Order: sequence, then structure tokens, then C-alpha cells
Amino acid sequence: MAHSYTPGLKVTEKAILKKERRLPLKGEVLVKMGDFVKADDIVARTLLPGDVERLNLAGKLGVPPKEALSFLKVSIGDPIKKDQIIAESKGFFGLFKTTVISPIDGTVENYSDITGMLTLRKPPKKVEIDAYVNGKVVEVIANEGIVVQTPATFIQGIFGIGGEAKGELKLVAKSPDYVLTKEDITDDLKGKIVIGGSLITSEILEECVKKQVIGIVVGGIDDKDLKDFLGEEIGVAITGHEEKGITLIITEGFGKMTMAKKTFEILSKNDGKRASINGATQIRAGVMRPEVIVTYDDLNIKFEEAKHDQLGMDINSLVRIIRQPYFGSIGRVVGLPSQLQKIETEAHVRVLEFEFEDGKKIILPRANVELIEE
Amino acid sequence: MKRKDQITRILATDCGSTTTKAILIEKRENEYRLIVRGEAPTTVEAPYEDVTKGVLNAIREVEELANIKILDNDKIIKRINPEGDGVDLYISTSSAGGGLQMMVAGVVDKMSAESAARAALGAGSIVMDVIATNDKRLDHERIKRIRTLRPDMILLSGGTDGGTITHVVQLAEIIQAADPKPRFGVGYKLPVIYAGNNKAVNEITERLEKKTALYVVENLRPTLEKENLKPARDKIHDLFMEHVMAQAPGYRKLMDMTDVPIMPTPGAVGLLIETIGKRDKIEVLGVDIGGATTDVFSYFQNTFNRTVSANLGMSYSISNVVKEAGLKNIMRWVPFHMDEKDLRNRIRNKMIRPTTIPSTVDELQIEQAISREALRLALEQHKTMAVGLKGVQKERTISDAFDQTSTGETLVNMLTLNLVVGSGGVLSHAPRRVQSAIMMIDAFLPEGVTMLTVDSIFMMPQLGVLSTVHEKAATEVFEKDCLIRLGSCVAPIGNIKEGQEAVRIKFDGNEYRFNFGEMNIIPLGLNQKVKAVITPAKGLDMGIGRGKEIETELEGGVVGVIVDTRGRRPFILPENDKDRVEKLSKWMKELKVYPEK
Repeated sequence: MAHSYTPGLKVTEKAILKKERRLPLKGEVLVKMGDFVKADDIVARTLLPGDVERLNLAGKLGVPPKEALSFLKVSIGDPIKKDQIIAESKGFFGLFKTTVISPIDGTVENYSDITGMLTLRKPPKKVEIDAYVNGKVVEVIANEGIVVQTPATFIQGIFGIGGEAKGELKLVAKSPDYVLTKEDITDDLKGKIVIGGSLITSEILEECVKKQVIGIVVGGIDDKDLKDFLGEEIGVAITGHEEKGITLIITEGFGKMTMAKKTFEILSKNDGKRASINGATQIRAGVMRPEVIVTYDDLNIKFEEAKHDQLGMDINSLVRIIRQPYFGSIGRVVGLPSQLQKIETEAHVRVLEFEFEDGKKIILPRANVELIEE
Repeated sequence: MKRKDQITRILATDCGSTTTKAILIEKRENEYRLIVRGEAPTTVEAPYEDVTKGVLNAIREVEELANIKILDNDKIIKRINPEGDGVDLYISTSSAGGGLQMMVAGVVDKMSAESAARAALGAGSIVMDVIATNDKRLDHERIKRIRTLRPDMILLSGGTDGGTITHVVQLAEIIQAADPKPRFGVGYKLPVIYAGNNKAVNEITERLEKKTALYVVENLRPTLEKENLKPARDKIHDLFMEHVMAQAPGYRKLMDMTDVPIMPTPGAVGLLIETIGKRDKIEVLGVDIGGATTDVFSYFQNTFNRTVSANLGMSYSISNVVKEAGLKNIMRWVPFHMDEKDLRNRIRNKMIRPTTIPSTVDELQIEQAISREALRLALEQHKTMAVGLKGVQKERTISDAFDQTSTGETLVNMLTLNLVVGSGGVLSHAPRRVQSAIMMIDAFLPEGVTMLTVDSIFMMPQLGVLSTVHEKAATEVFEKDCLIRLGSCVAPIGNIKEGQEAVRIKFDGNEYRFNFGEMNIIPLGLNQKVKAVITPAKGLDMGIGRGKEIETELEGGVVGVIVDTRGRRPFILPENDKDRVEKLSKWMKELKVYPEK
């Protein structure tokens, strides 16, 4: 049959990562090709044009748009201060003058003699981007940013909230199925990234925010708890902009979900190391999953990267069930019949034969498993 | 491209947000028929980021199933001779990459802005926001919105030809101040199409030429009573190919592979629905429910309308359906007791792993419950948009214009509706056809007598684009292989006491009686049409008044004639959980909707 592409999250100790660090607008790149950068180094910066304020000048002066310009006391391009008088009508014999004051600090951008509107712009905002991870600059995108390459331990989560954060990983869970308690969230976790087990509740999340924990990596969360914590329902799965003071990375899914053994082992191994994390998730075209990155001290280390992209499902592949029933179960593919088969719903789909660790076998849709790298 | 009469083997693909579908059509014994269909996951996302991989996978499945050779490595073989390997024509549609996302601006929200929105929707776009001078927002709010949304393009309209230019220039100044950037790529300017007052072209050009890629087309509302959407629509299509598609991963390659330009999926389906309505002179409602979006098409009072509900869908957008409809509305269609926490988690898990499919009956029932709400909400949105002008280039009097803009009355009428066409994974792939029928009945609540059909295997997008290059092939396959006729639905309007006789249906010497509060099927097979007399109870209405008998044609289908006496205006489900589950279970059992457990 045709090569089957199966979704799977990357969980590996040996990845060569490339991270694009790009400004939202053109600006200045501060590093050179071949430079070694630290995660906190600022690598590019720009000035974001300030917000715009539009003022009905002609209306305020009570004159036709074509005439209003003559009453302007400032010129296009001039800097202005808040409450500064920027226009004044002549009035009658110097009396009953109408003055127009600037509502903002900024500059006068333009005036339209058709609409009578004066456009003012607030001062530009400085935007800086850091390297996010330690690594080597392998590409400079002129005036826009860079690409940093680094050998790293790389774990993709399935869903997250909150943006980029950097801090020390701290193993708090005692096992992959551990459920974090309030007592686990101690004061010394301030500024750290907590490694949890199978579940986090909104109460523990609030506690983490209170104790200034910057990130949490955990197997699952009940959707109800996530809603309570965020104060709103997530509609479309585009996250990363939440400003809750914490970045949350869910590795398995919604509900109580034991963290995959391999994920837990790798995270445990990196206990105490500094990591870069990002909860941003976009489950649409150009899918983006949350991530945990731990770079190597030796940035020149050579290893063979785990092959992931070209993996296809085959007999004996290790897979995880990603839909009810048996959600989360791990086992091996022992059969890949090519003909469509009728399942319980009476749908005819491509199936596979799945063998649990205890030897029990079931038939399930191929669409409902994901590959696990070995 | 070959001459039409030389085309005997056609390959067509549709790249959806979740799945890429390929169909193979061949001319056999002088007619075009569907031969096989293949599918594969869409590969527009990382780690593949190349839409053609999914396309090639779907084509490989077609090769295997049809036992013919189409590909030479990764190239589609275009046949020179009428026989042999390869195909004569390859075409494709696409909604992957998030489709086309636009922002429209017009002077008055119910007039030029609404016309602009219709032009954008008609071209297959998602309208992210409509900016109008009377939208009650402040300028800086509008500017911020334009900046943060990052649309693929902006359509600006406003003012009748020769009329006042102030307001439309003001809109241009807002766009100018926002200095908008496109969604893909930093290096190029955002396309802006100006389709407003022709007298303002110079002022608009002056303001927008430097900051955007400006294109000027004819005014889409040249006078108050006239709408001229085609030039704007055509320009949107051109720019979609040039800017948006070309930026999405792998599309340049795909564009090189196809014989005619790639069409946005909704544009293609819309073409088909419009054609059916016009040809058969009937009122049609079409729906295509996908993973990310749900498109609704209607043809009422000789007017075609189309809307895209950008965030209502069965995979990527499934959580948004829950957000918009509310969990309670989803739960009301689940025919068993379920814990809210469990349902929430299941829905979220589908959202984060959108390509999974239900493997148990419970899971299927939950998914189909959600689909009812997605369809219902999409129709609600459609009703609010399918108002106003009566079609492209159609003249009306000034008083009509004021009438309609002031009342905003929808053209969609569930009583005069003749035909419902359902398409999209959840409807086309429902294991039993009766499931598709009942999902559409519950979601749309058709009234009187309405024929229900479903796209057999979800191939309307491909046939839509095919109809632009080979109408004969598209029509033949559509009639014979695509449209599955489920049967007429009979649904009297009103409510009476439960258990009272609601309706009598007489045909071929038989009389069928049904009580209020039931769902039933009268067996009537495919292609069977009968003249029937339908007599509603005193308190119920079949369209011409309470208790009044009607004579009408009923058509059978793979399901039969469905008699829905559960009431309309309003349709009420029991509030109490136990009663609700009991009712749903009874109706579903009567119609044999799901396998017995």
C-alpha cells in the first residue's frame, strides 16, 4: 500500500535543532554568521511603529477639510507632546478661538484634506528578540533575524499555553502517573520549570503562579480545569499568547494521562538543567506544537540524529493509541491488513492489529495510533 | 490541455485541511464515471510541509485500487495517446493552508461592506472581519484590528460611482495608517483590491500605492440598486493563486502539476450548487462540513449565496463548535448519559489529534452530536448573510434597496426549500446513510417536504472544478456517482399534544398515520416517485395553513421517506436528561440509526 504517514511527536535526546528567530518587521540583526550565541543574548531588534490616533481636525475646528490645514500650528513630521496645542482657529476678532490639543506624545503623520482627519502616531516601540537557545548562527536573514542551530534534547508536547520561557527543569513528580499536590509546590520552585506526572489541576496551576513557577510539563489536564484557570473556553487551538505568568506544556492529552515513559525518563535525566520551553500551539496548517529544549554544553558535539520524518508504520512498530477506548496504551503493530475492514461503528477503514504489552490483541483504525520513536 | 473529446481519463484531487482526496474518472461506454477514490493525510504541516506529498500518496492509493500507472516517480504521466499509462487531465482544489483569509472594508455595513463581504465569500474566502465607517469602532481600534489579523488580502469598497468620496478615502487612510503586513512572508506588500467609487481612484491610489500592492477593479456597488461582484471576485481568485497559494508549503509544485489553476474548495462546491438550482429551477441548500470550516451554499429566489463559517468544523475547529454552541447544546444530541468532564476531554483530544476517527458507537454518536451543532450554527450564520441584493447585476428599485437593508430579512426559507445537499467527511462517510439524513434534519429542521441528498464519497469539490473545464464529465459523474438520494423528509410545522395523530400520508392506495412526537420511515426506494396527499392535524401546517391538505410529490431513496412529527417552530427536546435520552433512543431505534448494542 501507499506509504503511510503517521502523526507522532518528537521525543528525542539527539536532535539537531534549527530555530528561526525573526523580527515581526525589518530591523537590525546584531550577530554574525558562525557566532555562538547564548539563549538570553539579544540577536535582533527593531522599532515597531507606534499606534495611530486619528483626530477629526476639520470637525473640531468647525471648518471645511480643505481649510483646516491652515490652522495647524505644527507641520507634518513634527514631534508633539500630549496636551500641546496643535491647531487653533482664528475666532471672531481674536475671541471664541477653538484650540485642538494633542491627545498623545508622538509625531504628526499626515493630514487629509478630503476627510479632514489628522493622523498622529505614538512613539515607536522597541522590539528585541533573543536567541531562545544556546547555539550557533547558521543563517542570517538580512534585516530580519537569524537561524540558530544546536544539538539538543527535544521534547514536543501535544498542547500548551503561554509563550517562551527559560529556566531550570525540576523533577517534582515521583513517577509518570504521579498527580501533583499543593504540598509539592514549594517556595524553592520559583523561576523553575516543574516536571509533573499525569495530571495538573487548576488549583495546582494557581499555586504554581503564586509561587512564581515559570513552566510546567505534565501528562494531562482536565479541560474543565484549563477553562477555570484561563477564565475562558479555548475555541480555535491557537495558543501561546496567554498571559497567565506561566507556560504549560501537556505531553499526552486531556484528562488524567500518564506521561509516556520515554518522555518522563528524558525529562528526569535532565533534572536540574536549564531548558527553553514554549507553550505555543497551533493545530492548523503549519501545525506548531509546544516544546521543551535542553541544549548540550558542548555545542560542537557530533551525533546521528534520530530519524523521524521518514518513519512509516510497519510490522513491529511501537505505537500509542490516541483515541478512546484504550487511549494512551502502548503496544506493537502485529498486523497491517491492506483491505479496508468494518469496525464497530460499521465504518470501513484501514486498520492495524495492535498487541498490548500483556499479549492481548485488538483491531483498531490506523488513524488512531501514533508512532513512538525507539 | 487536450481537446475535450479526447479526454477519457481524469484525475482530480482536493487538498483539505485534514485529508487529501483523489478521484479517478474514466469515460466508459460513452459516459464518464467515477472509477476509484483514494485518500491520504494532508501534508501541508511540519514535518512534511509540502502539500504534494499528500497528493502523491492519495494518487498512489488510486493507482493501487484501479490497478493503473499514473505516476512516474513523483510526476503525473500525461498521456499523449488515448490509451496507456497516465491521465489526460489533472485538476485540483484546495482549502489547506487555512484557505484564503480576507478582510473587507466598506462605507456602510449593510450596503457596500455587505456587498464586499459577499464578493469575498463568493470567491471562496474566509472573511475575518468587516470594517465599515458605521461599525461603531474607533479608528485606532480598526487600525489595530487590521494589524493583528494579518489577512491574506483586503477588499476595499464604498461609495456609488460618481458619488461622495470622503468616506471611502477615510477607509483608505485607516488602511494606510495600519500599514498592514501579509500573513505569509515579510518581503512583499499586502494585496489590496479597490472596488469602490470610480471617482475616488486617484485619492485611493495616492494613499495606498506605496504601502500596499493595490489593484483597482470596477465598483462592486456602482449604484445603490446594482451589485457587480464579478470583477472583484475574479481579482480575488487571481491574487489567491499569485500570493496566497504560492506562499503555502509545496503549492508552487502543485500549481505546476495541474492543467488548470487550483481553485479554492468552497468556490468549486458553490459552482455545483448554483448549477443545480438554476438548471432544475429549485431552491437548494448545500453544506460542506470539513475539519476546519463549514461552508453553506444556498440558492433561494434565484439568488446564490455562500458563507464560510471559518471556525466551525469537525477536527481543527471542533472545540470552537463547543465554545459557540455551548456544551449543553452538544449534550442534548447524545443518546446516553454522559459526564461533562469526560465529554469535554474527549472533544479536546479530538482537537489536538484531529486525524483520529471514532472506533466505537459511543464515540460516533458524540461526533455526530457535535456535527449537528456545527451544521446548525453554520446555517444560522448563513441566514444572516444570505440577505440583501438579489444577485449579481440584477436591477432593483430604490425602495427595494431600503426595504432589504432595513429589515435584513433572510432569503433562506426552510419551507420553500426543495433540496438539501450534504457533503464533507462526517456526512459523506457516516457508516449508515440514515445517520447523514438525521444529522441534517436535526441541524436544519426542514419544514414541509424536502428532499435530502448526500455527496456519496465527498467529491463535490473536485467535480466543481471539473465543471469549469469539462462540464459533461462533471455532470455525468455528479448525477450517477456523487449524489446519493436519501429520500424526502416530511415535517409539519407547529406543535400539538404528544401522542395525538399528527399527519396522514396517502399514496398508491395506502394510508400511513403518524402521531405527534415521532420519527418514522415509509419505505420508498431509489428513483421511486409518488403523488401523495398529506393531511396534517388541525394544529399543524404543511405550508398552506393549519390542517390544510396538500398534494405533492414524494421521492424515495436509500433511506426512504422520513416522517418527522416532532414539531417545528419551535422544535423542542425534553429538558430533563432522562426523558431526553429516552426520546433520542426511541427515534434512533425507530430509524435504525445505529447498530444495536
